[in-house]
Amino acid sequence: MADKISSCLKGEGLTKIFGVGRRKTLAVDHVDFDFCEGKIVSIVGESGSGKTTLAKMLLGLIKPTEGEIYFQGKKRDISSQKKRREYWKNIQAIFQDPYSSFNIFNKIDAVLLDCIKMRDGKKLTNEQKVAMMAEACSFVNLKFDELTNKYPFELSGGQMQRLMIARIFILKPKVLLADEPTSMIDACSRATILDMLMKLRDEIGMTIVFITHDIGLAYYVSDTVYIMEHGRIIESGSADEVILHPKEAYTQRLISDVPKIHEEWDLSTVQYSVS
Amino acid sequence: MSKVILEVNDLTTKYITRFHEDVYAVDHVSLKVEEGKSLGIAGESGCGKSTLALSLMGYYFPPLHFTSGEIIIDGQRITGMDPDTVRRTILGTEIAYIPQAAMNALNPTRKIINFIEDVILAHDPKVSRKDIYDLARERFEILGLPEDVLQKYPVELSGGMKQRTVIAVSVILAPKILIADEPSSALDVTSQKMVIKMLLDLMEKGMIKSMIFITHELPLLYNVTDDIMVMYAGQIVEKATAQEAVFDPLHPYSKGLMGSIIVPEKGLRNLKLSAIPGVPPNLKKPPTGCRFAERCKYVIPECKTHPIDLRETGEGRAYRCIFSEEYLRKVYQIG
Amino acid sequence: MKQTLQQVFHSGKFIVGFVIFMALLLLVIIYPLFIKDAPLAIIAQGSFFPPGTYVNIYDSINTTDIYTLNLQDAAANRISSKLSNDDREAMKEWLIGDGVPADQIDTSDTASLLDLWEKNYDPQKNIPGMIFAQKRYYQRLNDSVQGILSTEGEILAALNPETGTLEQIGTVNQSDYVNIDQVANVRVLPLGTDNFGRDVLTELVKAIEVSLEIGFVAGIVATLIGLTLGLLSGYIGGWVDDMIMFVTNLFTVIPSFVLLVLISFSIGQEQRGAVTIAIVIGLTSWVWTTRAVRSQVISLRNRDHVNLSKIAGHSIFHIILNDILPYIASYVVMALILQISSAILAEASLSILGLGPKTSVVPTLGLMMNWAMIYQAEILGKWWAYFPVIVAIALITFSMNLMNTGLDQVFNPALRD
Repeated sequence: MADKISSCLKGEGLTKIFGVGRRKTLAVDHVDFDFCEGKIVSIVGESGSGKTTLAKMLLGLIKPTEGEIYFQGKKRDISSQKKRREYWKNIQAIFQDPYSSFNIFNKIDAVLLDCIKMRDGKKLTNEQKVAMMAEACSFVNLKFDELTNKYPFELSGGQMQRLMIARIFILKPKVLLADEPTSMIDACSRATILDMLMKLRDEIGMTIVFITHDIGLAYYVSDTVYIMEHGRIIESGSADEVILHPKEAYTQRLISDVPKIHEEWDLSTVQYSVS
Repeated sequence: MSKVILEVNDLTTKYITRFHEDVYAVDHVSLKVEEGKSLGIAGESGCGKSTLALSLMGYYFPPLHFTSGEIIIDGQRITGMDPDTVRRTILGTEIAYIPQAAMNALNPTRKIINFIEDVILAHDPKVSRKDIYDLARERFEILGLPEDVLQKYPVELSGGMKQRTVIAVSVILAPKILIADEPSSALDVTSQKMVIKMLLDLMEKGMIKSMIFITHELPLLYNVTDDIMVMYAGQIVEKATAQEAVFDPLHPYSKGLMGSIIVPEKGLRNLKLSAIPGVPPNLKKPPTGCRFAERCKYVIPECKTHPIDLRETGEGRAYRCIFSEEYLRKVYQIG
Repeated sequence: MKQTLQQVFHSGKFIVGFVIFMALLLLVIIYPLFIKDAPLAIIAQGSFFPPGTYVNIYDSINTTDIYTLNLQDAAANRISSKLSNDDREAMKEWLIGDGVPADQIDTSDTASLLDLWEKNYDPQKNIPGMIFAQKRYYQRLNDSVQGILSTEGEILAALNPETGTLEQIGTVNQSDYVNIDQVANVRVLPLGTDNFGRDVLTELVKAIEVSLEIGFVAGIVATLIGLTLGLLSGYIGGWVDDMIMFVTNLFTVIPSFVLLVLISFSIGQEQRGAVTIAIVIGLTSWVWTTRAVRSQVISLRNRDHVNLSKIAGHSIFHIILNDILPYIASYVVMALILQISSAILAEASLSILGLGPKTSVVPTLGLMMNWAMIYQAEILGKWWAYFPVIVAIALITFSMNLMNTGLDQVFNPALRD
């Protein structure tokens, strides 16, 4: 089994430096990774650890200062708009804030139609398009008939994020980058989003890169976990391995600092930081 | 039974929208917080928990309006008092409030000590600056904050530090009760832990007598507060101790909330997490029956026809459901 | 969209501004349908005829129906309207010189004043200190007073072509009236005429129209330039941004009015039409729009929906048009409104300096002010030549600024009540 799993997205020595001279900051520092096809990979880190910068580099929205990205074994080439377009057919994203992810002037069916157009060109008939949109909506437990003629901002945060997943369902990219998709929505709607990500993996075989600061979510959803600190990946491995038996002190601290319900949350060890 | 610090009876407050519609965001809420106890308020966004926090201070400004009910803080009835008197004699000294993202509301051009001076001088203009500084230094030492923070500007502090400083500033007058609205949700887990530790320290060292803690993060609430109150669509749907609320919820909504808890513990990956389908009702036109009926798995036709009262089951426990305790426990067991 | 419009029309400020603006616009559209004169046609011989109703005397005499009305106060009205205040003061002066005690003379009581005059005036009498010219003046004044007091009608005479003598063909009695509806030529000049003898109202309506046109052309030119540069500079960034901001900063430093004056002057008088001036105004006032649009675009550029649109493979053009422009549209509309009103003011300022459009066909508000100033209307007290123009300029800019603040309150939640 293990030998059949092929590498989907691979990074070698990825580095991003912002600014010049004295204001230079190292956002991502020589990061290596290898994401397997059809798995959910979590990148966990606190704010400022460089995980969003890494995601933007993977998406091709910002250029790495150093390092290479390999997509399905081949070096990624996004030097022209045409090649970028080709690359983006294979990699898509869900962002953190559902309220700013939608163009508030487009209606929901326009959002979905745009995706259909991107994937299939103009070959489809209207009925086929409607059927496709309805299928995507039912995949994320939304009722398409109630959504036409509505604007995304009329939905709740959780529903908007589900609509985002419906987009992904239509586009069916090889890789989905989910950048903190649950951090802006209610705790009680998070499970739904995570379940849908798992459904995407199981039913379509999508590779999902799940970026989060919440180690609990990462544990629940992912097969492999990468822990990032100050732009570096410090620990990686299968979810059970990393979360239940963390090796690095940083990871141990990260896990122990999360409030739990079955285990005791030890406040006595808290050291007030001085910075 | 120890002394009651905060008592709220049938409090109703409303928002008046731009189009002159009334939205009752807090609908006949009653609660009691005893000395040395902390109360947690849980619920989805939009359920009225932040509005409740605002309403508890007895100081209303548009679009929020007071409708009915009473608030009693340590024997003193503050509803019906002149707003200016409330501002001068209640806020800060009797009741303190930390709003969401309070740390981002600090004026960047002023030092931390200036904020403390503002708070103290607003209540007693005669205090000398030296006394204020000494008091602030003493307090900061107790709370584990370095003294030099006093002379710093907000931008020079990290997020967690800023939030802890804000809390220290708001309790400088030793209020009887502190209302903290999502004080840690914008922070990293490590800073969050420090903020929580500090809040519990405040209680322990007697700088505040009671606390109301508002968040939608249930594991946090479970670890911080003694009692938990679940709100839904402006109403209380369940009141219980933290232990009961998490492990033995009665209301189907609380049950749904507790079923969606995600914490990095062994066995999490095998859990079937439940999520509540649908969206909360529009509070401009709340349903006549149970407000949760539309989303409830166990709904029967009677739920939708007449309003459901909050049922007391003894020992401060209460829930708002048409079914009996035994019935609910049984259906939850079947799943 | 519908709700936004609803909110816009809930804003009191916007409604007031909108109503004033629409009233002006309707005036501009409807007035020419009724008064078909060319706006700069010279209709009056002589300058600065006061506002009023002008009735043709020839047609009045030759109307078929003459009515006799015996009105009690007709004589008194006639006398009091003919006897000006200056005349009354002069009469009082003569009477005092003649020895009548000053406290017995009341110039506002026409009857008693004429009574005293009748009793005391003697054309031959010499009042000490009175020069000959003054004596003649009083004789003329007395003649006209006698004329006023006469109760006989005027004789109408016509030249007999055969005999070459004047022959009486009729009389007009003091109690004769004509119905104004039956007089063939009556012209109402609500704002009188200007220095060249042109109807001020007709001229003003046309001037508002032309000024609005100048405002719109200048505003649209300025907004288009500002919007394009702002979008490019904000969205593309990099060296494009640096270049555009360099030029923009250059224009910010030079006061635009000075630039405007220099450009208008160098164009030369013959080439300066209304449209040319409008374009020149537009070319010098795009700077602030550029800066504001740029900063808004920069904050929008990093929003997730733009990123999402990018990874959907849309072109820059598509993204700017669909994902950026709608978000700043409300701001651009507000900027346009402000640009229009400031362009109208700029045109007026230029024209007052004599650098406005050179035209003999259409007036502008600024030109009307310029003419009124050159012919000293304000010194002569001919208020109707310049005051309505000032009011028109004020109303246009006031209404536009009101609409702008109204819109601002709707689109900028921080300013809502």
